[in-house]
Amino acid sequence: MTVTDERPAGVIGTSMLRREDPALLTGESKFTNDINIPGALYLAVLRSPYAHANIVSVDTSAASALPGVIAAYSGAQLQDLWAAPMPCAWPVTADMKNPPHFPVAIDKVCYCGDGVAVVLATDDRIAHDALELIDVQYEPLEAVIDLEDALSDRVVIHPDAGTNRSYTWDLKCEGHEGIVDEAFAAATHHVKERYIQQRLLPMFMEPRACASVPQPFGGDVTLYSSTQIPHILKVMSALTLGIPEQHVRVIAPSVGGGFGGKLNVYAEELLCLALSRKHKVPVRWNEERSENSMSTTHGRGQIQDIELAADENGKLTAIRVRILGDMGAYLQLVTPGVPILGAFLYAGVYDIPVAYDFSCTSVFTTMTPTDAYRGAGRPEATYAIERAMDALAASVGVDPMEIRRRNFIQKEQFPYTAFSGLTYDSGDHQLAADKAAEMVGYDALRERQKAQNVAGSTKRLGIGVSSYFEMCGLAPSRVLASLNYSAGGWEAATVRILATNKVQVITGATPHGQGHETSWSMIVADKLGVAPEDVDVLHSDTAISPLGLDTYGSRSLVVGGVAIDMACDRVIDKARKIAAHQLEAAPEDIDFVGGVFSVKGSPDRSTPLAAVAFAAFTAHDLPEGVEPNLEAHVTYDPPNFSWPFGTHICVVEVDTETGSVDLQQYVAVDDCGNQINPLIVNGQVHGGVVQGVAQALFEVAAFDENGNLLNGSLAEYMVPAACDVPPVTTGHTITPSPTNALGVKGIGEAGTIGAAPCVINAIVDALSDLGVTNITMPASPMTVWKAINAAGSPTAATSAATPNSTSTESTESTESTEEGASA
Amino acid sequence: MEVSITVNGVVHASDVEPRTLLVHYVRENLGLTGTNVGCDTSSCGACTLHLNGEAVKSCTVLAVQADGQQVATIESLAVDGVLHPMQQAFMENHGLQCGYCTPGMVMASIGLLNENPNPTETEVRYGLEGNLCRCTGYHNIVKSVLAAAAAATANSTTSSTHEGASA
Repeated sequence: MTVTDERPAGVIGTSMLRREDPALLTGESKFTNDINIPGALYLAVLRSPYAHANIVSVDTSAASALPGVIAAYSGAQLQDLWAAPMPCAWPVTADMKNPPHFPVAIDKVCYCGDGVAVVLATDDRIAHDALELIDVQYEPLEAVIDLEDALSDRVVIHPDAGTNRSYTWDLKCEGHEGIVDEAFAAATHHVKERYIQQRLLPMFMEPRACASVPQPFGGDVTLYSSTQIPHILKVMSALTLGIPEQHVRVIAPSVGGGFGGKLNVYAEELLCLALSRKHKVPVRWNEERSENSMSTTHGRGQIQDIELAADENGKLTAIRVRILGDMGAYLQLVTPGVPILGAFLYAGVYDIPVAYDFSCTSVFTTMTPTDAYRGAGRPEATYAIERAMDALAASVGVDPMEIRRRNFIQKEQFPYTAFSGLTYDSGDHQLAADKAAEMVGYDALRERQKAQNVAGSTKRLGIGVSSYFEMCGLAPSRVLASLNYSAGGWEAATVRILATNKVQVITGATPHGQGHETSWSMIVADKLGVAPEDVDVLHSDTAISPLGLDTYGSRSLVVGGVAIDMACDRVIDKARKIAAHQLEAAPEDIDFVGGVFSVKGSPDRSTPLAAVAFAAFTAHDLPEGVEPNLEAHVTYDPPNFSWPFGTHICVVEVDTETGSVDLQQYVAVDDCGNQINPLIVNGQVHGGVVQGVAQALFEVAAFDENGNLLNGSLAEYMVPAACDVPPVTTGHTITPSPTNALGVKGIGEAGTIGAAPCVINAIVDALSDLGVTNITMPASPMTVWKAINAAGSPTAATSAATPNSTSTESTESTESTEEGASA
Repeated sequence: MEVSITVNGVVHASDVEPRTLLVHYVRENLGLTGTNVGCDTSSCGACTLHLNGEAVKSCTVLAVQADGQQVATIESLAVDGVLHPMQQAFMENHGLQCGYCTPGMVMASIGLLNENPNPTETEVRYGLEGNLCRCTGYHNIVKSVLAAAAAATANSTTSSTHEGASA
């Protein structure tokens, strides 16, 4: 037995290289469609070319006759396979409309891409060839792609629901009725803005894939899926298919990104499960990219009306928000909850004790269902408040940094009880803002801007600021209950020390690029005084890790990682009893430092953890009442959300002749509390920022008036490449979370949350001298050019940013109300 | 159709359908699944491998076009458990997260340095234009390639070889 106290003081806080990398770099990692499954049949799904149509007939006979085709089914022929419709886990209100949604449509299709028939064949290409032989007769109906048109119920998509309105959900300051109206009546500055959150495609690089392997004589079925949520998928698929839950095993092999788009229970997963059980052979499905654009959930899709009331100094006195949310054709797993996750954040980082009035109405449209996409509701909220704060700054006539300074919740106000009743556990917004300003050279930039943006200048400099509060670490189960979410927000962890002092960790968090194995091993290494390489982290298989709630909402570290930390504590507590027995001392007199137990005040009376682990394994001489082996299981339910924050500042140069935007510099200062691995933290920020930049500058899921997605391939949908984005300069302040023992906060979504308003604020800042007050995302050269020209024209009393002419929201008003309208 | 393709130094004689893409050939006929498929429009670059030493998107090449040619996939880079300098640079600079674009990105990066051993940051960004990544924001990918270039240059001045730039 060797004592392991020779290693460095600790690994937490170091930029340890990722243990995940060698397998990913060499092609050794297996993604779902890399797995060899002998005898598997291939599933292919025929998708509706109409956004809205009645299905008159489905004839699969020619497809069935194609050599290699095992079966072809219409939706009606599959109907007896389902014990329940596809699940929506978040009925946000008691009267929420949730029309039944089955994996394959039966009577009507409600979006382009809705499945109408399926083929099973011996080969993927044969399956796709067979799709072309299926004859479906449709009776086309009118598409509904405009949210206000949807709300009007001119065309009702789900007749049984009687309306396109799914729900209206309010968040108001109870006991303070009238306070918001009074504040607006008394306000010196009244900002009233409308912003459009365009639909986005998640575009994780690995298209979805799944494979179901039945054991017809054992009664069990194993589903491999490129999912973020094997645990939730297991429960939900058991319920939807009516299979006893213990018979379902879900494995998420290497998963190539998710960003919320793999946080779902998808039709194809259910089809593979059901058809593999029906045919008693494995069934697999690989999504094509152009199919992914239609069949995988979209993100965002909101019209935001936000009003700010402020006094003569620009101090906020009230906020009123009205959201119109685009659910798409059906409610997927957490579709209705996405706007609600943002509902708490429309006051951002600002001090609004009670005067807050939020209401969200969500409607069905004939487009692909929306659901979580990186940030899920929180980037939308942050965008609205941060854009509106710049409008307020313009109204008051102060710099954007100054308007924020006047309104930040102050450091000494934490813990801060918000209007919502939630407690913001910690923060220092001014510190983060100051640091970002210093890093970017804010004052010098303003000077440069003054010199550059003179009359006639065609290359105008803009500086954009956004400060954000993130509400993540989903989530305290009791809070989720109050929001009508159907599950809890805990996470499970097991820590097991083996006979040879090697450690097995089992986590219910499910990584898909975040480096959990590395980070978890670092936590355990420091805690137990072992080398990180002696810690194995098991995950993503419900047979190995039976309990878990998976990865989304920047929850893995602050819930799952904290659970690991707590499980280590419990293992140490047990080991301490054995060590005390060996050292003939009382447990309370035993210290544990660097992997060694010793008697307080007598460091020479010691025993290493390795000796204790071996003793626990042999069980030859354990103290009375102590069971063999060192193992602890913890299920941790966080007492609060996690509240990371920060300030981002970027610099753009806008060519007023072409409308092109050159994003020249991006500085992100994020505070995620203590950092386990700064390498991973910065990587999360880089990627998050670029996804936010992409929303601001490049991306929109564009539909025509018939509900056709016009840019569903990667040749048309503008995921930025390396040459489209600048380097991201990261900085951090560290305000440890008082809520958990590690002092950590989430960082997975922060970059995305901060970035989009930062970039648009910069563009508007560049063009404000020309009269531009708003730019609709994405700020394509055409959109920017039109905004400049509309602002410069005699008719431009208000801004006239024009969205992509083909986008969903293109027909909706994007005019922003006069900012300076004083009450 | 009968083809004979040398993949990672091994000659494979196979009978393929004329429509078989090179990426499907290496994945399905040879089981070399490190080369990934991320799109259906030759946009993402996840399937990048080397054909006669040059980085190509293997979804733009038919298997029959590779008849008699030399193909190298990601599986050929690490030798005896030692990562290729480009793989090592990606690891050291956190140039990957989910890893799905990574094999293609590494093969494209090696191809880039073969053509331009000392690129500027801008040249790296434009040189990798055909390879999409959704996780990293490219920041650390660019850093990785620049680090690999610097390491290869340092190495070539001492040993006059171009390890970092050879497939």
